[in-house]
Amino acid sequence: MTIKGKAYIAGIYEHPTRHAPDKTVAQLHAEVALGALKDAGLGRDDVDGYFCAGDAPGPGASTMAEYMNLKLRHVDSTEMGGTSYLALAAHAAEAIALGKCNVALVTLAGRPRSEGVATGTTPRQRDPNQPEAPWEVPYGLTTANGYAMCAMRHMHQFGTTSEQLAWIKVAASHHAQHNPNAMLPEVVKVEDVVNSPLIADPLHRLDCCVISDGGGALVIVRPEIAKALKRLPVKIIGAGETVKHLSAGTFDLTTSGAARTGPIAFAEAGVTPADIKYVSIYDSFTITVLIQIEDLGFCTKGAGGKFVADGNLISGVGKLPFNTDGGGLCNNHPSNRGGMTKIIEAVRQLRGEAHPAVQAKNCNLALAQGTGQQLGTRHCSATLIMERE
Amino acid sequence: MAEARKIPAPIVTVETQAFWDAARAGRFVVPICAACGKAHWYPRAVCPFCASEKIEWQNASGRGTIYTYSVMRRAREPYVIAYVTLAEGPTMMSNIVDCDIDAVRVGQPVSVVFKETENGPPVAMFKPA
Repeated sequence: MTIKGKAYIAGIYEHPTRHAPDKTVAQLHAEVALGALKDAGLGRDDVDGYFCAGDAPGPGASTMAEYMNLKLRHVDSTEMGGTSYLALAAHAAEAIALGKCNVALVTLAGRPRSEGVATGTTPRQRDPNQPEAPWEVPYGLTTANGYAMCAMRHMHQFGTTSEQLAWIKVAASHHAQHNPNAMLPEVVKVEDVVNSPLIADPLHRLDCCVISDGGGALVIVRPEIAKALKRLPVKIIGAGETVKHLSAGTFDLTTSGAARTGPIAFAEAGVTPADIKYVSIYDSFTITVLIQIEDLGFCTKGAGGKFVADGNLISGVGKLPFNTDGGGLCNNHPSNRGGMTKIIEAVRQLRGEAHPAVQAKNCNLALAQGTGQQLGTRHCSATLIMERE
Repeated sequence: MAEARKIPAPIVTVETQAFWDAARAGRFVVPICAACGKAHWYPRAVCPFCASEKIEWQNASGRGTIYTYSVMRRAREPYVIAYVTLAEGPTMMSNIVDCDIDAVRVGQPVSVVFKETENGPPVAMFKPA
């Protein structure tokens, strides 16, 4: 059993807002849902499967299903942090392959910017039943210093430099200049990144992603429906998901769950990294991108610093165009969850609808990769490979 | 002089009461499985390696080396978070304290020191050995 060729992404929508004090989270979910359905050429009553994650208000999917008045025969509210939507897209393909639904809707929305959440530099609230909490909370673990420890170890082990990490931000900024909705459309140089203030050594302010409101949605359908619609169909051909954790104290912080999910997804798709024309890589921080690129096999472990340097991730310049919307580093990071926009930009690339200045040539195969939660402790990884027909 | 960082009290559970009792007595203990002989971290009642429930608390050397670290600058008082690989095997999250925060290095030898928390048992931190 495989999902290869069993489901197509027929509709996408990215909310243009980056700051939404005048809207509720539920309203944003509904707006992106309707936007993606319109893009697909379908209506709300066509939806029979709904997929959402922890950003959706209320427990699981019931609150948003009621708000949008959906009539469903399949529901999935798997929570994997910021990478949830890559896994949910695969789950939607699985459900379609099994005949559990025909038209799957996946939504994401949130307002951390309007709500004033100090996302990355203060400890997150924990459920007191989380068994790891007493062993992490007293030490002041935050999102930023957790990822920073991965970067510090990578530098120690492989000689990776701050300048090499900076190239990831530089590439994202080259793409963001063409995105009218991007929060940070200014092109930056390596010196700008390494001279920005240190947040958590060795990560500087410009190594960190933005905090934004917004959201996005996908409509995933069975092949017969996709072929009857006007949009260029984008086929889901491979996926993988996993959890990587501290393994009872025997871990390696220089690798991510992508080292497992990449090979699983490539095997299902029957393609190799060399076949991929465009990648969306979750970029909560620059180091997140570097580690995932290595783990997916675009270069060997430890060679990521050299690989990303000198514009190799810039569309039209380098070998591996990435995050051509500007990514989380420059465009947006709705609900502090970057997985949804990774899929959306990959679909734009496959449709040939990316901005002409950043459109990858002959883009028939794209990969979206995400890690959710905390790279420095435990995280989920999901990989999704898509093909233009 | 900036105000010292307040250390939140750890939540003490029935599963790990013995660790915190030892900490209050100034002893650093690690959980070791009587069935497979391996030490693990963070402490739990079921061995994560062999699934035995025969977990014993053993006095640890308190010695380790820094696996990685980061100086958190975006705080009222900068502090060093780190992972320390214990002589007993597992690597644990901690803070590096009683040191020049700009002189901390990966691979540096460290030794345990207990630090008071807000209304809770002391927690294990490390200082340069």
